[in-house]
Amino acid sequence: MRPLLMALLAKEPAHGYELKQALEQIFGNAYPSPNIGQIYVTLGRLEKDGLVRVVDVEQSNRPNKKVYYLTAAGRESLDTWVDEPTEGPRVRDDFFMKLVLAPMTGLADRMTLINRQRRHYLALIRDLNELAERIDPENRVALLLVEGAMLHLQADLDWLERCQEDLS
Amino acid sequence: MTSPVVDTVNLVKIYQNGAVPVPAVRGVDLRVAAGEFVAIMGPSGSGKSTLVHMLGGLEARTSGEIWLDGQRADTLNESAWALLRRKKVGFVFQFFNLVANMTVADNVELPALLAGASAREARQRRQYLLGELGLTDRADAAPSQLAGGEQQRVALARALANKPSLLLADEPTGNLDSRNTRDVLRLLGEVHRDGQTVILVTHDARVAGLADRVVALFDGEIVDDGTIGMARRRPKATVGDVVELRG
Repeated sequence: MRPLLMALLAKEPAHGYELKQALEQIFGNAYPSPNIGQIYVTLGRLEKDGLVRVVDVEQSNRPNKKVYYLTAAGRESLDTWVDEPTEGPRVRDDFFMKLVLAPMTGLADRMTLINRQRRHYLALIRDLNELAERIDPENRVALLLVEGAMLHLQADLDWLERCQEDLS
Repeated sequence: MTSPVVDTVNLVKIYQNGAVPVPAVRGVDLRVAAGEFVAIMGPSGSGKSTLVHMLGGLEARTSGEIWLDGQRADTLNESAWALLRRKKVGFVFQFFNLVANMTVADNVELPALLAGASAREARQRRQYLLGELGLTDRADAAPSQLAGGEQQRVALARALANKPSLLLADEPTGNLDSRNTRDVLRLLGEVHRDGQTVILVTHDARVAGLADRVVALFDGEIVDDGTIGMARRRPKATVGDVVELRG
């Protein structure tokens, strides 16, 4: 979440709640909405590291508002984040470890593990289909997130079949 | 009680490779009720295509029984099968088999006309199906003028033309890009909601995600058969459940 918040602050200074709203607006309901506490905790850490600074802005009839802005060091750190190649999601190997190890120890049978995992992936796909139906068709960002998740599940399903072919 | 749309009893298919018998389907009992959407999955060579080919009468079974809508089908001769298929079964197979010297519109209307629909009904159904699949302006084209993905969608429209009791499909999105796949998914979802029974073989996660039941084959046998529920009880799933975004 750190680079996300820094990127939003590079656009313009903002307070915590505005950042939460901006994230929700950009990613729609495809992305887990961060709670406000999480955002303030992250901002606190960024401040401690000298990447953002906070100023109190006076408001009439209301308590002061804490507005965050990006420091030069923050800008530099954000540039590094943008410029470096991004690691892909690591192969989630927890299932693969079960698949390899469980039969050796007599904990579970491979076919059972594979069948259960297939149903789980298909159920996730159903969830994503439902999610996609709730997304505003104009929100390309949110739809692309769902499509990305689908493609990952496609790879998971294909890999499952490869495991079944080669390990059985 | 109405009979299941599909009921197989100990269905077996053995190919003869020279002197060597190669079992492709080994004792499948599959019962599918009206309105179900079944995805058949499994590694290549597990017998998926052979199974749906037998259900559609395109390949003869070696032993066992096939019942369609309560009627014994595996003992029918070829012409009786063709008649049964015309009335009850829609097909989308990997090779589209469109009639080359007929327009797209005629290809789609033909099964409805053969099944006894009036010319007007057949035309309306064709217009609806081609519209849903984004093919309205291709209606007067010949199949040879179409790209592979377009031919595949025409094959789906044709398969649904006479509202068959059973829609069978073998990788119906195999030749489609993601936009065309979306049209096909939407149409499949729609006809399923209207009560269409569907059995399809697919590797495509998005297609499988429409199904409410998965049948997994391995080595010619059913190794898993069950309904697909929701992954999470909580109402709001997000992509975060699948892909962890860094940050």
